[in-house]
Amino acid sequence: MSARSAFRSAHTLIAIATCGVLSACEQAPQGSAAPLAAASAAQPARPVAVAFAPPPSSAIPDDAFGVVVRQGEALFRNTPAHAPQYTGNTLSCRNCHLDAGRLADSAPMWAAWVSYPAYRSKNRHVNTFEERLQDCFRFSMNGKAPPSGSPALVALEAYSYWMASGAPTHAVLRGAGYPRLPKPAQGWDYARGQALYTEHCALCHGADGQGLLVEGKPWFPPLWGPQSYNWGAGMSRLDLAAGFIKANMPLGNGNSLSDQQAWDVAYYIDSHERPQDPRYLGSIEATRRQFHDGPYETYGRTVNGHLLGVGSGVSGGSTVTQAARGRTTTTLRD
Amino acid sequence: MRRHGVLTAVLLSGAVAHADAPPPAADASVRPAASSSAALAAQMALAQQIVLHGSPQGAHECAICHGEEGQGKIKAAFPHLAGLPKPYLERQLKHFDALARNNPSMQAIAHKLDDAQIAALATYFSRQVPPPIMSPVTPPPALGEALALRGRDAIPACVTCHGPGGRGLGGALSAAFPPIAGQPAVYLERQLRAWKNGQRPAGLDGLMGAIGKRLSEAEIVAVSQYFAAQPTLAATVATEARP
Repeated sequence: MSARSAFRSAHTLIAIATCGVLSACEQAPQGSAAPLAAASAAQPARPVAVAFAPPPSSAIPDDAFGVVVRQGEALFRNTPAHAPQYTGNTLSCRNCHLDAGRLADSAPMWAAWVSYPAYRSKNRHVNTFEERLQDCFRFSMNGKAPPSGSPALVALEAYSYWMASGAPTHAVLRGAGYPRLPKPAQGWDYARGQALYTEHCALCHGADGQGLLVEGKPWFPPLWGPQSYNWGAGMSRLDLAAGFIKANMPLGNGNSLSDQQAWDVAYYIDSHERPQDPRYLGSIEATRRQFHDGPYETYGRTVNGHLLGVGSGVSGGSTVTQAARGRTTTTLRD
Repeated sequence: MRRHGVLTAVLLSGAVAHADAPPPAADASVRPAASSSAALAAQMALAQQIVLHGSPQGAHECAICHGEEGQGKIKAAFPHLAGLPKPYLERQLKHFDALARNNPSMQAIAHKLDDAQIAALATYFSRQVPPPIMSPVTPPPALGEALALRGRDAIPACVTCHGPGGRGLGGALSAAFPPIAGQPAVYLERQLRAWKNGQRPAGLDGLMGAIGKRLSEAEIVAVSQYFAAQPTLAATVATEARP
C-alpha cells in the first residue's frame, strides 16, 4: 500500500467504522456536513485501523471445510455460472470486490467478515453477515436472496471466514470498504464524466456501458442497463461508486484519477437507467422519499431530461433467462 | 505470393470466428487501408520491398530478424509481428522513432521510415499468420499461470485485457492490449522489465507501467514463460479446424 493510500485509509477509517463494510455500506445520517466528526463523536470507543493480509488461496485446506471454501471462491469469481437461480444479471461478486474479494480498498471480504453483525441504516436493524450477502444478490446481482443456510450462502460465508483467518473480530481493518472521498469542490458534472468515461472506461465497458462477453462468457461488466446492478445497490450511490472508481479504476492503475474525476465519472455512470429498485413502492417519488433521499442518490432525479428510476429490464432475477443474458455484447468492440 | 494469400485468408477467417464477426464499419476503423483493394495492394508491395530489401533511406530489411512473414525468431528473442494489430505495430514503430522504446537497432530503423512506410509495414505484418507455437522445454511455472489467470492484489489477471490464452480480445481492444501468446519468453521479460524501469511508454491509462512496477523479478520470468508457451491465434485456429 502506498503512503498516500495508507494516509487516506487512516483518514477515512473512523467514518467507515460507522457502517457495515461489505460494499454498499451505509453512511451515518445522510447529508451530514461533517460525517467524519459525527462518526468520531458517535463511536469513540471503536479501535483504530489494524493492518491485515488474508492468507493466499493456495493455503485453503485440503479437507471437508476447504472444499466448501473453494466452492465459495468459485461462486465469487463466476456467480452467474455457480448460482444462476439467484442472479438476475451477468455480474459476479468479484466485479465489485476485486481480486476475488481479497483486495484492500475494494470492499474485501475478510474485512466484511469481522464487521458483522452490524446495524445498517439501509434497513434500520442489525444485520447478520448472511443477511448482508442476501442483499448483494437482491440488489447488486439484481436477483433473489438465497434462502438462509442455503449452500450458496454457506460457501460464501466459509470463503469470507477463511480469508479473515487470524483477523481480530469487530475491528476496523485497514482497506475495509471503499475509500471515502471528500465532497468534490466542483460538485459533479455529466459532461465532464462523459468525457472521462469515453477516454478511460469505454474501451472495456463499452461506449454504451453494456460491458463485454467473450466466448459467450461475462468478461467486462455492464455498468448500466438490464444486465447491471439495480437501483437498490450500493454502487448506485455516488459516494460509494466514486470511492471504488478512485481506488480501483482503470483496472490495474487505481488511484490514477483525481478525486474530482472519480466523482464525475461515477455521476455519469449512475445517471443511466438500470433495473428498478426491488423495494419499489409504486412511484418513483415515493420510492425516492423512502429509500433514496440522500445527497449521493441519483434515483428520482432528472438528468438530461430523463427522470431516473423508470427501470430497465426486469428486476428480481427469476424471469431473466440465459438467453437474455447472452443477448448483450457478443461482438468484440472496435 | 500465392501462399501469402492463402495464409491471410486463414488468419482472417480465424480472426472473424474469434471475434464473432465484428460489423464491417467497425472493422474498417481498424484497418482503414483495407477500404480500397488497390491501395491495400500498393501498401503490401511497398512493405514487402522494405521487409525483404530494406528502405531506400537505409533502414535495414525487417526479414533479417523478424522473418519474411514476421514469424520472429524465438531462439534470438526476436518477437513475431505476424497477426499483431496494425495500430499496435504502427504505434511501436513511432515509439522507437521517438526513442520512447529503448532499442538502438529498432530506433535506427524506425528513424529512417516515413509515416507511409510505417503504415504499410504495419498493414503487411498485421495480415500475416502468427507462427505456430514452439513447445517449451519445461512446463511454465505455476506462479506464471496464477498471475496470468488470476492476478495478484492490484495486478489484474493478464488475460483480463490480453484475452483468453493471451490471444487478444480482438478489434480495438487488441489494438490497445495486443496478443502476447507465443512471443519469446526473453522478449516478454525484457518488455516487463522495461515497464518496471520506466523504459517503455506506460501504455493506455498507464496500465502496463503501473503493473510492471508491482511485479517481482520472479513473477516477470514466470509469467513470461507462461505466455511464451501459449498457442497463438493461428495455432489455435489450426488445431480447432483439424477434423
